[in-house]
Amino acid sequence: MIEIHALTKRYGATTAVSDLTFTVRPGTVTGFLGPNGAGKTTTMRMILGLDQPTSGSVTVNGRPPRMHTAPLRELGGMLDPRAVHPSRSAYHHLLALAQTNGIRRSRVDEVIDAVGLREVAGRGAGKFSLGMSQRLGIAAALLGDPATVVLDEPVNGLDVEGIRWIRVLLADLAARGKTVFVSSHLMSEIAQTATHLIVIGRGRLIADTSVAEFIAAAAPAAVRVRSSNQDALAGLLSSPDVTVAAAGDGALIVSGLSAGQVGAAASAAGITVLELAAEQASLEDAFVDLTQDAVEFRTTTGDRPGHMNEETK
Amino acid sequence: MTTWTENQGRIPVTVPAYSQPQRVTQARVLRSEWTKLRTQPSAGWALLSAVVLIIGFGILYSLLREARPPHGAAIKAFDPASVSLSGVQLAQIAVGVLGVLLITSEYASGLIRASFAAVPRRLPVLWGKAVLLVVATVAVSLPAALVTFLAGQSILGRQHLAMSLSHPGVARVVLGSALYLAVAALLGLGLGALLRSTAGGISALFGLLFAVQIAAGFLPGSLSSEVGKFLPATAGQAVTSIHPDPASSLAPWTGFGVFCLYAAVVLALAAQRMRRGDA
Repeated sequence: MIEIHALTKRYGATTAVSDLTFTVRPGTVTGFLGPNGAGKTTTMRMILGLDQPTSGSVTVNGRPPRMHTAPLRELGGMLDPRAVHPSRSAYHHLLALAQTNGIRRSRVDEVIDAVGLREVAGRGAGKFSLGMSQRLGIAAALLGDPATVVLDEPVNGLDVEGIRWIRVLLADLAARGKTVFVSSHLMSEIAQTATHLIVIGRGRLIADTSVAEFIAAAAPAAVRVRSSNQDALAGLLSSPDVTVAAAGDGALIVSGLSAGQVGAAASAAGITVLELAAEQASLEDAFVDLTQDAVEFRTTTGDRPGHMNEETK
Repeated sequence: MTTWTENQGRIPVTVPAYSQPQRVTQARVLRSEWTKLRTQPSAGWALLSAVVLIIGFGILYSLLREARPPHGAAIKAFDPASVSLSGVQLAQIAVGVLGVLLITSEYASGLIRASFAAVPRRLPVLWGKAVLLVVATVAVSLPAALVTFLAGQSILGRQHLAMSLSHPGVARVVLGSALYLAVAALLGLGLGALLRSTAGGISALFGLLFAVQIAAGFLPGSLSSEVGKFLPATAGQAVTSIHPDPASSLAPWTGFGVFCLYAAVVLALAAQRMRRGDA
């Protein structure tokens, strides 16, 4: 469980995170969505106890993140998968982290096997591909079998198989009652991974909702229709609850009715339907609509130089 | 990278549970830091170069003084122990840079965030590095200093300039050389942790060890030596000569104490920034 209350972080004149309040609950995968530079990484750094909030509070499993006596048991995190000593082997990287908390050696082998790095565990981690580095970062986050897992852009750099693997892994962690908080700047990625959603833009909370509700609210479904008599059909369908718009190619875009209803209405009026399709609500469009202000604003403000890692992903 | 692929097919998607008790202690962080130190090749190279510099330069300078021995009044002031251990002057660069790198390499790669997430109180990481740095530096430089002292004396002995290990002050000089190097390494660690930049840390280290002495040399005569006594390297090196000149140097252990004080102040400032600041 992560509880964030009125969290604000300023770097000099730049406000990276402003008055954020939300709760990440155990037992589900919560996505953390926002355009690049929205403040996701800054928020995650405060959750991990790395940056001090300017004001407001963060608690992880009921305590401030730096107050845990067994931190890897409470909270596992991955911010930057490239943050390894380049010539130290993956095994020794994990062993050094494990030893601080008194985690036994055999656990290091367990997580190496679990993320599929067995064959390369003895190699310098600096030579790893981005996908391998992601797996190493996830292995580090899971060393202590923590109750809360925080991952910054975990699928970045993974291939299709890797993305599928991490989705199943995250779902499994959630099913075991853990709090799973995963950031991304891509809506489509989050929609397939998470069930709950926190959206921020410009450091402010935009939405705290389930993924299903977010999609339904942000992008209502529409029906695309082409017929032998478009004008008559448009007049027939128009009502206070239904809007009919002309697409550029001569088709009509009808919202407020199902494809079946549109087809039945045309048939009843003797109009021949040439094309009828339910338009999929575009997740990316919904997300862009919601965060557009934040993106536009961002181009006029300076980002904190030390925070470029989020930009380069 | 020849055999590994993302898609191995047999990768399990569950991570086994782990329910053993966990807790962070200073001793555990020390063990972790030891794992890091022994798997960081640059540390081994730095320590090796310190040994090579102590032995190599010490023997070289002993040979030089054997070829050009002191005459007349200079014989009384000749310090054969310091001559054979003159390589310490160069070795301090190697161990000082090691001290800087031990912490700035973690800041440069971002590894420090993983270290601090595992040890949220943070300071045990700094103390763990400090303890290992002292142990490792003394462990390699004390035998190197002893060997070089003996080799140097056998060279200087051909001109009847040698001192034995039992001569008053000699054991202190040999031990003091190793301790001086350990504190120089700590100074590097403190500066690295304070400035969080390899270039900045090394520059500051060179400034403290060398530049301030050069600057003090521009002061008028007596003031120059009065101020000079208290500068880090001059103070610390009092312990590495048999008869430190009271006009330009503090008493051996007093000087060493002043040197330790410099390192302690820098480490305290670094600890303050590490504990309070953003990582």
